[in-house]
Amino acid sequence: MAVADAVVDQERGSGAQRAAVADAPSRLDRRRTKVAWLFLLPVIVALVLVAGWPLTRTILFSFTDARLSTLDAYETVGLSNYLYLVEDPAWWQAVKNTFVFTLVSVSIETVLGVAIALALNAHFRGRGLLRAAVLIPWAIPTVISAKMWGWMYHDLYGVINVIFLSLGFIERSMAWTADPALAMAAMIAVDVWKTTPFMALLALAALQLIPNDLYEASRIDGVSPVKVFFRITLPLIGPALMVAVIFRALDALRVFDLPFVLTGNNQDTATMSVYARQQLVDFQDVGFGSAASTLLFLIIALVTVIILMSGRVGLPSAGK
Amino acid sequence: MAVPLIVRRLAFGLLVAAIVVYTVFPFYWAVVSSLKQGTGLFRVEFWPSEIFPENYVNVFREQPFGRNILNSVLVSTGVVAVSLLLGVTAAYALGRFEFRGRTSLLFAILAVSMFPQVAVLSGMFELIRWMGLFNSLWSLVISYLIFTLPFTVWVLTTFMRELPKELEEAAIVDGAKPWNILVSVFLPLLGPAMVTTGLLAFIAAWNEFLFALTFTLSSEQRTVPVAIAYITGGSQHELPWGNIMAASVIVTVPLIVLVLVLQRRIVAGLTAGAVKG
Repeated sequence: MAVADAVVDQERGSGAQRAAVADAPSRLDRRRTKVAWLFLLPVIVALVLVAGWPLTRTILFSFTDARLSTLDAYETVGLSNYLYLVEDPAWWQAVKNTFVFTLVSVSIETVLGVAIALALNAHFRGRGLLRAAVLIPWAIPTVISAKMWGWMYHDLYGVINVIFLSLGFIERSMAWTADPALAMAAMIAVDVWKTTPFMALLALAALQLIPNDLYEASRIDGVSPVKVFFRITLPLIGPALMVAVIFRALDALRVFDLPFVLTGNNQDTATMSVYARQQLVDFQDVGFGSAASTLLFLIIALVTVIILMSGRVGLPSAGK
Repeated sequence: MAVPLIVRRLAFGLLVAAIVVYTVFPFYWAVVSSLKQGTGLFRVEFWPSEIFPENYVNVFREQPFGRNILNSVLVSTGVVAVSLLLGVTAAYALGRFEFRGRTSLLFAILAVSMFPQVAVLSGMFELIRWMGLFNSLWSLVISYLIFTLPFTVWVLTTFMRELPKELEEAAIVDGAKPWNILVSVFLPLLGPAMVTTGLLAFIAAWNEFLFALTFTLSSEQRTVPVAIAYITGGSQHELPWGNIMAASVIVTVPLIVLVLVLQRRIVAGLTAGAVKG
């Protein structure tokens, strides 16, 4: 009732206004448009300065032989940086690492996140405590998470070796972050620990929007909980979950701090970002590093376009 | 479903307990380790038998860690202030005005938030050096805008659109100028939203690593994450884990307290852009 009244009121109000200023709207609109752009000017200038310009320069650098120490003296070398790049097995290893990391960690985070969200959505004593506990990993800076886990993974004195040995999961201490076969899994475990809360919170927010009647109806009909989850819950939280998955995936594709702090420039876990920065800063090769950065940018742009084109997901529409 | 209620309750309780242990244990372990010294550090005890607070003193003695914390506070506060100021004016235009190009602009801003930081690294480095800001905290205040600004604009626009239309109409009828409408009508109402957005931007800036690692050189100019990554101690063979854990605990505790106190707002902010739309 109240809502309907308000809508009517609003329509009547704007109608009256329109009648009163019969000829004015276009002029008023134009003035309001000008005001809007004026208010947007600072942000546009700032974003061009800190995003548009540096990105353009990076792309231009990728066609040169610029060095970090002599950034203003360089020559154009055409595509040769890219040609070297595609022949470097270390680059392809970094590409593979990045995609394995993204696919595996985001999948696990989504499943775990939904599970935790379902638990958080149930009514029980200590729910506040659980939510608080879940927020802790999210609040800890990635660098610190990497250090904390690095210590837990320690090959000689790490608590993980001790726990796993006593539980009989492993027979001898493992070098979790140094062993090529384990390092990626170790890194994914840290990321899962750190970012599952984000997924859980977004899934929870979506869950809380589902009207309770739906559940009650299916309970009365005696539908099994598993069926309820796959037939009702999942389709309803699907769109919100997809948005969260996209944000997480784009984040994971550019990950830098976690592999860098946990395993350094180790090739078994180096992501594209780690590779590009190593070329750029450690080897001072701005041209080559910029080519790697540009490719990473293109890959992320491509993934974004594919996701958007597949059309199943509308991004949070700004216009509502 | 013939499982007795008590069994189900128990299973659920165990699940919750497992989640809590999983999320809290690594931090708990950092606290325990930070209170150990010497060889004690290499004995795994889940409850420390003796407590040595020395690591907490050493962290500040062996590197300018106090200065590093101050740097992080200054940089994060500066970034948040600039982002909120620019963000709220942009959100006003994007949230309350209809004009051509509005949607494209919003998408352009969203696109910037997807930029991998490393993709602007060399261009940003050149810009910073050209402005003479290399190894200065200002380099971080400026470069961090690339991720705080799109986020701030986006979330504030979402909040701004939810405010009722009548508010503004009354002010327009009274002949108020747009700037005055923003300051006296919307700003007071956006208080909670700005706290949420500011807090999330603060945390993002506080945690940033790549730019801080690349644009600062001396240990006095480092922010907390870089300082912690660089704690290596005197020995070449083993990292001073006690110190590292102490430093981690020092900077994490305020964050955890902040997040726990403001958890409702944080959840609202995180979900504002993603779910409601």
